[in-house]
Amino acid sequence: MSLTAEAHVATTVATFPDIGSRLVAGVTGRESLPEYVSAGGYAAVRDVERLLAAVDDAGLRGRGGAAFPTIRKIRAVRAGRGVPVVVANGEEGEPASVKDRWLLRHRPHLVLDGLRLAGLLVGSDDVHVYVSDPAGAAAVRAAAEELTGAGVWDTGITVTVVDPAYVAGEETAVVRALNGGPALPADKPPRPFEEGVGGRPTLVSNVETLANLPLIARLGAAGYRDAGTAASPGTFLLSLSGCAAAGLYELPYGETLRSVLAWVGEDAGSVAGFLMGGYFSGVLGPHALDVPLDYDSLKAVGSGLGCGAVSVIPRGGCPVAVSAAVLAYFARENAGQCGSCFNGTAAMSAVLDALVDHRADETDLARLTRWSGFLRGRGACGTLDGATNVAASLLREFPDRVAAHLQGRCGDCAAGYGLTDPPYAMALPS
Amino acid sequence: MKIKLDRTVCDGFGLCAAHAPETFSLDEWGYVSLVGAGSIPPEREEGVRRALLDCPVHAITELRPAGEPRPEG
Repeated sequence: MSLTAEAHVATTVATFPDIGSRLVAGVTGRESLPEYVSAGGYAAVRDVERLLAAVDDAGLRGRGGAAFPTIRKIRAVRAGRGVPVVVANGEEGEPASVKDRWLLRHRPHLVLDGLRLAGLLVGSDDVHVYVSDPAGAAAVRAAAEELTGAGVWDTGITVTVVDPAYVAGEETAVVRALNGGPALPADKPPRPFEEGVGGRPTLVSNVETLANLPLIARLGAAGYRDAGTAASPGTFLLSLSGCAAAGLYELPYGETLRSVLAWVGEDAGSVAGFLMGGYFSGVLGPHALDVPLDYDSLKAVGSGLGCGAVSVIPRGGCPVAVSAAVLAYFARENAGQCGSCFNGTAAMSAVLDALVDHRADETDLARLTRWSGFLRGRGACGTLDGATNVAASLLREFPDRVAAHLQGRCGDCAAGYGLTDPPYAMALPS
Repeated sequence: MKIKLDRTVCDGFGLCAAHAPETFSLDEWGYVSLVGAGSIPPEREEGVRRALLDCPVHAITELRPAGEPRPEG
């Protein structure tokens, strides 16, 4: 296995047929305020209760990775004690994901309009944007400047820029950073919706989640549900890497990877497996080609859509090497706070490195198997769970490849399979 | 009694697991996680209270009972 610093550049941005104008909406540069308003943006809200009901009926789920029903967070924050705070979370810690950066750079007004609606829904005009991407921050600031005095939404938007890090976008890390602390996760309880920025109930929502609110306001719940499945309604942004068609694709939930790969011109026969949900949801074998891309279908096969990032492990690539590279990233990039996490990720990474190099034995494999189950849920944030997901899924999905590495005969690794470092890290064209 | 454990603070002293092994689960490096969600039945309160008082880094805190108002300030 060799590592290079190159990233997978999302040169293609496209929208799946027949889903209308939603998240991508044919936008290429930075959409200006007049352009966004002429497409119906920043529409006045006459009845907040009706909008609440529409968001509920639309079944919007969070796009940051956890797929939590957005309306439940909104209602909890709304019912909380004190004036709420709303944060648009654009800190895209997942290296294989590029969608938040794309939205911030190209559709800052869609995100800000979502922030405006979220503020109305929880009853607050204390609104924040939290990012690490400098170009995204610049686009948001330019958009906020356009709003000043334009008479569509008069508010002060606080933009906070932090250093990029895997854990910096975790919702309690967001709250800690906005409270003047380090952008590192905290243990729960309390959750931010109970006690967040300044001790007040805080809605931390991923920017893609917020970008869906103006769509729900414009389309209505029924119109919004014209795309997607009953339990995963609407569209989502797929960050696709590991193939020639690496890019950002807006899809209705429920399409299969087979249909998506055919649409983008990739040969499904050249796929050895997938890395799912960025680095969070583990690896899957080629059977994943026929699993609908929605939260429940992927959960049923022991995986997940997470933040919407899917990476192709091509034929000639090795799932063991991919898993080892992801674990090495976790061992390096974890917050260094919870002992079970910094020890557990290092220990699992060491076994996988040994496995890649044909140095591991059955005892090592038994320890990896034990840790992949026992360590689940033992960290304050999801990092350790992501690491156990990768280890457990590798053992479950690719026993033959693991056995080949134990026996010292992985032909693909011998032939030299190049991974970027971090693996499948995505970038937007500059 | 309801408690929370802050695993970002835990330094692996392990006194809690010695006092209340049914409540504090050790990993092989000596760091703990709660068994369950932090609701402690009366028969385990004594051990958990000793764990709380003995933790050198104050990683364990007792939570107010549900419904009790948050103190001002």
